[in-house]
Amino acid sequence: MLSILKTLWVTLVHALHRRATVLYPERKRRLPARWRGRIVLTRDPDGEERCVACYLCSSACPVSCIALQAGIDEKGRRRPEFFRINFSRCIYCGLCEEACPTFAIQLTPDYEMAEYDRANLVYEKEDLLISGTGKQPGYNFYRVSGMEISGKKKGEAENERPPSDVRSLLP
Amino acid sequence: MSGIAIAILVIFGVLFGAVLIAAGMTWFERRLLGAFQERYGPNRAGPFGVLQVVADMLKIFTKENWIAPFADKALFVIAPAIIMISTLASFAVIPIAPAILVSDLDIGLLYFLAMSSFAVYSVALAGWASNNKYSLLGSIRAVGQMVSYEVFMGLSLMGVVLQAGSFSMRDIVEAQHGMWYVVPQFVGFVVFFVAGLAETRRIPFDIPEAESELVAGYHTEYSGFKFAMFYIGEYVGITLISMMIVTLFFGGWQGPFLPPLVWFLLKTLAFIVLFILIRAALPRPRYDQLLSFGWKLMLPLALLNLAVTGGIVLAVGK
Repeated sequence: MLSILKTLWVTLVHALHRRATVLYPERKRRLPARWRGRIVLTRDPDGEERCVACYLCSSACPVSCIALQAGIDEKGRRRPEFFRINFSRCIYCGLCEEACPTFAIQLTPDYEMAEYDRANLVYEKEDLLISGTGKQPGYNFYRVSGMEISGKKKGEAENERPPSDVRSLLP
Repeated sequence: MSGIAIAILVIFGVLFGAVLIAAGMTWFERRLLGAFQERYGPNRAGPFGVLQVVADMLKIFTKENWIAPFADKALFVIAPAIIMISTLASFAVIPIAPAILVSDLDIGLLYFLAMSSFAVYSVALAGWASNNKYSLLGSIRAVGQMVSYEVFMGLSLMGVVLQAGSFSMRDIVEAQHGMWYVVPQFVGFVVFFVAGLAETRRIPFDIPEAESELVAGYHTEYSGFKFAMFYIGEYVGITLISMMIVTLFFGGWQGPFLPPLVWFLLKTLAFIVLFILIRAALPRPRYDQLLSFGWKLMLPLALLNLAVTGGIVLAVGK
């Protein structure tokens, strides 16, 4: 009997406590930078697309919501000809971000993606591309890799030695 | 002529007042439960979310009025009407203020007890007519619970009747001029409060509609308007029990400074809040615990209270 009265009292006192609810549309929580929300495709510091169309994100995706087609542009770089994410399927697991070798695909702290039409949740490359570098500011894949493209010969990348002539006996 | 007009006004005022309070409680309860659980509850529609009531009504009345093909159709339709009619009819004998009383019956208290027993039919028929095992289990539990709690609900009030010397609700209120009956009849008050909780099938006595075991108990098959009758009927029942407690134990409309109507509504509101607080705080007992609590503790307590009150009234007069 006494415990019942105590229970009632404790419950009553809770009415005076601060409420845990965040009144959402008016007030929004600060999200951490690594929040897994809307997926974007970032650019390198020179403004070029980072994506090299390696298909790793697409094959890592557990719900197969990423579709893309690789192509080679006039500079000899691999690029996606199209890049499509179906956000009505996406589960925001972040495996694509982990799989990406060039930091191109990244998840952002944005979750307000509601649509009235389901078809509007299919994002094309122009919807996904952003102008900035995202979470990896200084990184440029072609500047650190040995891959040869127009304007950059082999051995010209950062921390890369010139290629050795395998036909020469000189050291 | 003006007498009849006033009478009609009082009748409709009490009727609509009761339904309005019950409808408002659906919002009030959720807000209050929210506060007890450190959240907000419905706060979007209108100021403080009061228009939530309108939104809920619109929603529930535009739902499909479904009758299950395997149900007993006539009983299925009648059952929710019974609970509304019987609880609303009880408001006729409640003296809300000296001038606001639909019917000053000599046997007002007995009338109330009869009407609250009538509500058992609603629950029993709803479960039976649904032809569904969860509904039937729910209504079996409800009937067992309500019949056993009826017994000491009546007995707990007899102490009040002995002291007031009348079954008329107005006489009972007026007899509490010097002292509210909650003081001499404290045991009776506690027993009646527990029985009232059980009558309205509220937590912790919501075993008939225990959603974790029986889906929704006797109203599992109901939807739309007929479900609304059960739903609002529960809140009308809470309002009724709160008003009965105020009338029988807390001096009804009596109180200093404020007008009688305000006093009555304030006291009623306090008990409605208590009902909601109990819902927020207490868990649901097992079915056998509930029945043994009723028969082995509450009933002897009510009988003892009645015997002691009777002895004292015999020895020293009222």
